Amino acid sequence: MKHPLAFTLNGSPVLGEVEGSKLLLEVLRDHFHLTGTKEGCGKGECGACTVLVDGRPVNSCLFPALEAEGREVTTIEGLPRGTELSAVQQAFVEQGGIQCGFCSPGMILSVQALLDRNPTPSESDIRDALVGNICRCTGYVQIVEAVHAAAGLRRGER
Amino acid sequence: MSEHRFIGREIPRPDAGAKARGAAEYIHDITRPRMLYGKIKFSEHAHARIVNVDASRAERMPGVCAVLTASNTPEVRIGFLRDNFALKKGKVRQFRDEVAAVAAIDPEIAAEAVDAIRVEYEPLPGVFDPREALAEGAPLVHETDPSGKPRADNRVPLTFRHVSGDLPEARRRSAHIVSGQFSVPRIQQSCMGTAGCIAEMDDRGNLTIWAKTQIPFLAQRDFNRALADMGLPGRNSRVIVPALGGGFGTGLDTHAYEYIAILLARATGRPVKILYTREEEFAYLSPRQCAVVSIEQGCDSSGRLTFREIDVLQDNGAYTSWGATYPGVMMLPATSLYRVPAVRFEAQIVYTNNTYCQAMRGYGNPEVTWAIESNLDELAEAAGMDALDIRRLNSNRPGDVTPMGLKIGTCGLPECIDQTAARLGWSEKRGKGRSKRRGVGIASLMHVGGSGRIYRSDASGVIMRLDDFGNVYVYAGGVEMGQGHHAALAVGVAEFVGVRPENVIVNQTDTATCPWDVGTHASRGAFTALSAVALAAAKLRERLFELAAPVYAEELRRALRGHSDIGEIRPGLLDLADGRLFLKDGPLASDPRAPIELGKILRGIHFRPGGNMLTVEAFYDPPSELPDWEKGLGNMSATYAFGTQGVEVEVDEETGDVRILRIVAVHDVGRVLHPQALRGQIYGALAQGIGYGLYEEVRTERGRILNPSFTDYKLPTAGDMSFPIDVAFVETNDPAGPFGAKGVGEPGLVPTAPAIANAICDAIGIRIRDLPITPEKIVAALREKERGALET
Repeated sequence: MKHPLAFTLNGSPVLGEVEGSKLLLEVLRDHFHLTGTKEGCGKGECGACTVLVDGRPVNSCLFPALEAEGREVTTIEGLPRGTELSAVQQAFVEQGGIQCGFCSPGMILSVQALLDRNPTPSESDIRDALVGNICRCTGYVQIVEAVHAAAGLRRGER
Repeated sequence: MSEHRFIGREIPRPDAGAKARGAAEYIHDITRPRMLYGKIKFSEHAHARIVNVDASRAERMPGVCAVLTASNTPEVRIGFLRDNFALKKGKVRQFRDEVAAVAAIDPEIAAEAVDAIRVEYEPLPGVFDPREALAEGAPLVHETDPSGKPRADNRVPLTFRHVSGDLPEARRRSAHIVSGQFSVPRIQQSCMGTAGCIAEMDDRGNLTIWAKTQIPFLAQRDFNRALADMGLPGRNSRVIVPALGGGFGTGLDTHAYEYIAILLARATGRPVKILYTREEEFAYLSPRQCAVVSIEQGCDSSGRLTFREIDVLQDNGAYTSWGATYPGVMMLPATSLYRVPAVRFEAQIVYTNNTYCQAMRGYGNPEVTWAIESNLDELAEAAGMDALDIRRLNSNRPGDVTPMGLKIGTCGLPECIDQTAARLGWSEKRGKGRSKRRGVGIASLMHVGGSGRIYRSDASGVIMRLDDFGNVYVYAGGVEMGQGHHAALAVGVAEFVGVRPENVIVNQTDTATCPWDVGTHASRGAFTALSAVALAAAKLRERLFELAAPVYAEELRRALRGHSDIGEIRPGLLDLADGRLFLKDGPLASDPRAPIELGKILRGIHFRPGGNMLTVEAFYDPPSELPDWEKGLGNMSATYAFGTQGVEVEVDEETGDVRILRIVAVHDVGRVLHPQALRGQIYGALAQGIGYGLYEEVRTERGRILNPSFTDYKLPTAGDMSFPIDVAFVETNDPAGPFGAKGVGEPGLVPTAPAIANAICDAIGIRIRDLPITPEKIVAALREKERGALET
């Protein structure tokens, strides 16, 4: 049975009708064609599907779509202003925090949430925030460097 | 320091922006009009006769478009030895055997339909240990070979052997001999993007397949053969490679799921996507080969190595992939890591009813280096030598020809060893941290650094096309799987041609548009592709300057406002850099008006009577030999990569936990092409080496995989990797490599596990010989040591 669903998606109000069993990941990818949100495991283990709900990172592969009712959902597509990358995205590009790129959208959103609540994170703050986002390519070194750089960019340092 | 404009500079990767925006298209993100979703019914037994497949319920389900079994499809043989089938008939030989498949209008219906297929089996006794499988009277995994001839045993018919030097004499000369048996587990490559493909057939029986592959051209050959098996001889396959989501060796073979998608597309006349879930990836995609490596090494009284003998027993699983040829690469460190005058290497590859294995980063090298470098520390101890000194003494040197016939050109190993020791603080720390349960260890590696010839051709082609605006379009057959292949191409093309990296446009790898390339493996991508680019760029520049000379003269006159006294502009006077043509010398060379934008020149060449546009191609096959595997001889690479890694650990003797305090990695990379991507390759390979060393194992019980999830299969996380990693490069400027570079994709993984094991031994005096080094193994070994101490 389908239920109405209204929420804010990347800053714009959206309406939809979804099955009660649908997960936010499926609705974002299949209904809204926001394929930047990746499915890496479908079980909340890898973090590739991370999106922000009211600014907090959630695994959209576990998050019931109807729970998004009335809330603000941000996906990777919601970060750039037009074609201009956000500070976090820019830092990931500049510091080599991206290899195969499959974990990158989820990783970047976890960092976005971290920097929103803590603009000057320590090394261990960063690693704690990223424990739920698995990357097989980078060994996390240039990702952590990117987070430091992003924090600087957001403070207006260059 | 660099005479180059872009080589060796910090330039962001060209593919990173799209990936940061979530705009890169992986197989997961691609759909085709009228596309169906395929799903596979896998075996529920490790070894069983298929008595009956009842698909009638699935066939009647609304939304199901095709249900295939071996009985209603043509036989499609697959695999390196053609011992595997797209869909299995008669019997299943492993838990993951593909018994039936469904195409439906959505993934949910496809999954329900697969569940509705009933398969009746008659279980057969299985073999799950290669030693058991070799025993007389063991059940046969394959009763016949692919030609139908009865098989007598479970040996895989592949021979890898090397014998050199006078072994009996070498043993007599040895003052110290140490032997040991080491083992390495199956591990999952664990690409974050799971496996999948889309197959689409046209009305003439030609195939287009979007495939998660590292070998698009060998895949084209495989798929063309399958089309012939399907009654479509002479039809063609087009292989398009989407953004890969990681490769790590999983793309070196074509897979049953791809052939099943092709069969479903043929049966339905519609595009069919098959996409593995993570659980399917763990349970049904081939992991890294596992092996038992027995080793014996000797040295004389001064510590010089006298001989090395290695026997490898490799559990192939039920079918044969390219990964079965690991011993071909194992031979490289076995015969050639450090100077050893006498070597025997032999590998036995055995069918079992376990999941069949495939390639992963390092391709046999980490397996054997694990044994060599662990055992070398034991040999040093027996000889009363420092573990660093024995490595220094026996290090390879430039100009060496090794027992396998590998011709070592440049060799930075002595420097790698010394730098690692210095950066790690070897002399202050080795043997001095026992009281704090701290220790340091090192291990080195040697790997192919100038491609690795394991096929008739080891080549890469490239096509470069100039447009009207000064952009260079690059068509190359290598695969960007995250390693930075496109970054290497962008800086290499920019440098060789004389344009800016942002004007280099690397096209998606597609067998319909790109020239042939053997595949992206053996750390060869940048080495061979840029070697091809060097050839193509020389042609392009020669042709460009020839066509440009009159156009440049006109443009220069115009720029100088009719100044007609510019003399004759010969092609040899022209040069190109940063996307501008200029005069190399003469009175006008320093005139600021003399450099003219390439696009303007190209338009001048194009838009005139008898106009021209420029496209060039080149094909590079490195000067290497396909080894004779039965003799173990052949110079398989154009050059060789070396490196040393050091680790400092602290071990908790109560819990067995190993804490890495720091890692040092010093690699002879020939020449740094793209520092950011290079560091990324070393860091990432190191992390995989740490997983291999400490955490990862695909656990099985009688052929069934027990831990098919990231909860039960541990990968290194950002939290686990929270220690300093000190990476340094030795630049040996190899004459064989583009700009002097060697391949570096795999080396970081190779010596990581033995360096950790050697550090653990330094910390607590325990030698672990079986990977992964889990806390349980450390605690058990400590208990055994205590018991031994009590008894004596």
